[in-house]
Amino acid sequence: MADAKKWPESWQEVNRGCVVFRPGSAGEYHTGSWRAQRPVWDNAKCIKCGLCYIVCPEGCISEGEDGFFSANLDYCKGCGICPHECWPRAIKMVEEG
Amino acid sequence: MSKRIGMEVAVAAAEAAALCRFDVAAVYPITPQSHIAEHLSDIVADGRIDAEFITVESEHSAMSCAMGAAATGARVVTATSSQGLMYMHEVLPIASAMRLPIVMAIANRAVSGPLNILNDHSDIMPQRDSGWISIFAENGQEVVDMMIQAFKIAEHRDVQLPVNVNIDGFQLTHMVEPMEMPDQAEVDKFLPPLVPYATLHPDRPVSMGTFAMNDVYTEVLKAKDQALINSKKVILQVWKEWEKLFGRKYAPIVGYKTEDAEILMLTMGSMGETAEIAVDELRARGVSVGLLKMKLWRPFPFDELRKAVRGTKTLIVMDRAVSFGGPGGPVAGEVRSALYDQRSRPAIVNEIIGLGGRDMMVEHFIDIVERATRTGEKKKKSAYEFYGVREA
Repeated sequence: MADAKKWPESWQEVNRGCVVFRPGSAGEYHTGSWRAQRPVWDNAKCIKCGLCYIVCPEGCISEGEDGFFSANLDYCKGCGICPHECWPRAIKMVEEG
Repeated sequence: MSKRIGMEVAVAAAEAAALCRFDVAAVYPITPQSHIAEHLSDIVADGRIDAEFITVESEHSAMSCAMGAAATGARVVTATSSQGLMYMHEVLPIASAMRLPIVMAIANRAVSGPLNILNDHSDIMPQRDSGWISIFAENGQEVVDMMIQAFKIAEHRDVQLPVNVNIDGFQLTHMVEPMEMPDQAEVDKFLPPLVPYATLHPDRPVSMGTFAMNDVYTEVLKAKDQALINSKKVILQVWKEWEKLFGRKYAPIVGYKTEDAEILMLTMGSMGETAEIAVDELRARGVSVGLLKMKLWRPFPFDELRKAVRGTKTLIVMDRAVSFGGPGGPVAGEVRSALYDQRSRPAIVNEIIGLGGRDMMVEHFIDIVERATRTGEKKKKSAYEFYGVREA
């Protein structure tokens, strides 16, 4: 998972009090690795209402230039809320792997 | 110049914090608080120092509030006792993990149940593994001195850990004692302004209280353990400096008439003074006995303890708390562990004394020593006993 160094390699490198001095660096920590299912959009059914974008608890769904939505799989945990809330049924969960 | 005064010890603890010019005091103001909280409030309300006094809705909030204030770079003091400390427990390891140099005065009292709140150490002992520096005062003078020393130790750039100063509830907190109160100029000279490692400031964003899963949690805890171990060097430095400035000597373990002693008692807190009188009387009768007074509980003074018991036949460890179903008292458990690897070590007798405010008089300490001389370790029925417990 760690291509670049994302946390201290040794205890000596731990910042005092684990203070993080680089704002926004938590984004480098990809939290979607334990996802079992992922959301897949059928844009033929999507009405671009943006409800999935609103309800995503991870805030990892964003609108593309074409107005359709997709999830950033680095952070999506496959919770399944977006297909549950999508009333045109444009999203379905598919098994990972 | 220091001034010799007579003052209630709890009030003196707050006065000592005021001499350190604390910025924020966050306390929960009702039972089982001591006058420390009340007097901190007086000091702020009277405008004697430029500080905020925050009354919170619980001790859990008191510590959380203290942490928030310390995270902004404020010098923070708080005080608690008994159930209040138990309620703070959840937050204590976070304060140390975040390396926030908070100073907390603890009026040591029993915990429920049954409801008691009189003096013993059963409130602080469950906090043992919270990662705080923990020191024990023996009398009013030590309370004043240790409160001021605590800020210097906590804030030292090689430490940055919270410190609790343990003050026996009632036996110390509610006593009026004579003491030398340092003056403002002396304390200002001793204690420089706080230079925080990091602060919460909108112009320089940092994250505090971060997340660490199994990939890094072990490293973080190892670093915290090492921080505690390393703090001892600074504690010794600070005590040396204190002795130079004020003439009063501090050490992790202070011996009293330990020369060639075959029997040593070990106490923490105010009972050391009573035990001293017992040592005097026993020495007058020709009993080869001495006393070790442990002032530093965390980091544990392994080297000092090993050195102090060298050549002693019997070490009587006095505990003022119980580790139920465990090794007896928590202090004895640690002392045994510290001496286990030594080639020669004394027999250890563990007496659990003074629980829930039960008085320990000079004759009780004499009785304990006399009984220890009669029964060697081999004859002991149990690794520990509840001294003076009434039995059918």
